[in-house]
Amino acid sequence: MNTSDATKDGIRGQRPGREAITGAAGVVGEEQRRQRGNGRRRGEPTRVPEAEFRSYYGKPVLNQIVWAAPDIGGYLFLGGLAGASSVLAAGAELTGRPGLARPLKYTALGAISGSTVALVHDLGRPERFVNMLRVFKPTSPMSVGSWILLAYGPMAGAAAVASATGWFPRVGRLATLGAGAVGPLVATYTAPLFCDTAVPAWHDGYRYMPFVFASSAASAAGGMGLVTAPPGQSGPARRAAVGGALVETAVSTVMERRMGLSGEPYRTGRAGALMRAAKALTLAGAAGAVLGRRSRVASAVSGAALLAGSACTRLGVFYAGRQSAADPRYTVVPQRRRLAEREAAEEERGDAAAVPRARKAEE
Amino acid sequence: MSPESSGNGQPARVGFFTDTSVCIGCKACEVACKEWNTVPEDGLDFTSMSFDNSGGLSADTWRHVAFIEQREPLGHQDPGVGRPGTVDLGMPSFELPGAGTGADGRGEFRWLMSSDVCKHCTSAACLDVCPTGALFRTEFDTVVVQEDICNGCGYCVPACPYGVIDLREDDGRAWKCTLCYDRIGDGLEPACAKACPTDSIQFGDLDELRERAERRVTALQEAGVSSARLYGEDPGDGVDGAGAFFLLLDEPEAYGLPPDPVVTTRDLPSMWRHAGVAAAALLVGAVATFAGRR
Repeated sequence: MNTSDATKDGIRGQRPGREAITGAAGVVGEEQRRQRGNGRRRGEPTRVPEAEFRSYYGKPVLNQIVWAAPDIGGYLFLGGLAGASSVLAAGAELTGRPGLARPLKYTALGAISGSTVALVHDLGRPERFVNMLRVFKPTSPMSVGSWILLAYGPMAGAAAVASATGWFPRVGRLATLGAGAVGPLVATYTAPLFCDTAVPAWHDGYRYMPFVFASSAASAAGGMGLVTAPPGQSGPARRAAVGGALVETAVSTVMERRMGLSGEPYRTGRAGALMRAAKALTLAGAAGAVLGRRSRVASAVSGAALLAGSACTRLGVFYAGRQSAADPRYTVVPQRRRLAEREAAEEERGDAAAVPRARKAEE
Repeated sequence: MSPESSGNGQPARVGFFTDTSVCIGCKACEVACKEWNTVPEDGLDFTSMSFDNSGGLSADTWRHVAFIEQREPLGHQDPGVGRPGTVDLGMPSFELPGAGTGADGRGEFRWLMSSDVCKHCTSAACLDVCPTGALFRTEFDTVVVQEDICNGCGYCVPACPYGVIDLREDDGRAWKCTLCYDRIGDGLEPACAKACPTDSIQFGDLDELRERAERRVTALQEAGVSSARLYGEDPGDGVDGAGAFFLLLDEPEAYGLPPDPVVTTRDLPSMWRHAGVAAAALLVGAVATFAGRR
């Protein structure tokens, strides 16, 4: 509500936004903007906050992401877990480690089922889920993902059922290998799905996000292997868990640093807390997996920590997106900088290019 | 507008030119849009910051009138409307107009009003990412949601760089401006343009509108309104030109518009490549874990 009082002496207690200096673009901040534009490279950390960034009463430019955190966070985590579990299960099958292959096949089926249920549950019209299969659109990662799930789900299911019942062992083996081949796509397609949006914290990380998701999936599947497989057969799971955990921590740290302002949401608020928890859990899990390799209990606890860390990573990425969509600064400031850089580049190109701009420069 | 004007039987591309310099903030466009398209009521709220009471574009607000009250202590700025030499009445106060002293008392301020709408981008991210094909491009080169197809996945919402399309809460599906697809097919202009009393909202063939806008911005600048600029008219911009573009009197972000929007799918090929490399790395890494004895 409006809290200011109009008195005879003027307005009292007015909102600061009313007094914002919002003059012509040609007067306000143009010089500062120029200075900022020069010599600024993408990804350089922002040391000076942009004081004169402007917005419409601080309202966000983007509409807020409508996805629910448990649904879509769970969909990402479970999809990654399923995909990487299938890869490890296929390897375990080929190298004669049934004690590792079997639980991972069950994991893959359970996780991909949960992932699909979460996705359908998140729809505004869940009964129309099948409309996802009306078209195949390479421009829509969600369409591509639906088709990947359609190819992968039955194979993961056949692999798990054949393993549980002992029926059709050949079909089961083929399905295991097929699911293992498609698994990496299941674990990574969700990165383009998130990045192919206007949300700065997601879009600007598109070079790193697939690697974060793939390694996080490997760490989760390895963790699941540590929880479920007998110590004699869990060697590959342990190595996948430790390798995935180290790569995930390294790549997500690099991503947050290199994204400049768009990386800021990963360090603040709920997203920051989740990302820090993810790193702590993941590194602790990796350390436990190495140090406690002789103990079944220590291995299982480490595996659980890795699973929790992977879930925290996905939720952290999700909330970073929400935070960056909610604040117009993350939308406006990088775009302004891009415009300033473009103008500076045009100026360097010489007078010929500057002539059409002359009118604009008068502003 | 003549439906067959491009000569090949295909109707010419149509759009909006919203000239905010003559917008009086009457909100007739908001009302006409709601009435014609039977868009549900979405809260009769007072936003407390201005006369804006719809806040922004959403599933239930397809035209949104932005109100910006600006003090201009920098001085000597044309309010951007009307004949030169008008008497500035200033902010409402108890004193006689012009009786006060200092920047506040002189009433150096202006109101900017702008009717925002879906931009109907040439390269539309919402359409690109829609997994069901519910969003499609019409014969008029506008972007429309088919409500009988949309399953409410919500992907279009964060894809839109302008924050236009949104899910309707009690309905679950995505909604936005259709540029009155049902009206323009019958040779009528969209409801908002029809209702606009000052022709701030102009509907027509996009090429013709661009020429008209160019003439208008030149005229304004020659008249001394140095801050007049076009927004979204350039086919070389990040969305390859908007079907609905604007004449603004301030920077786009002051109106809640992104200053340099880029369609996100422009980077999608690179995203797929990165994801492919990551998937291959995952496979190779997994193979490597089986290299050991145990």
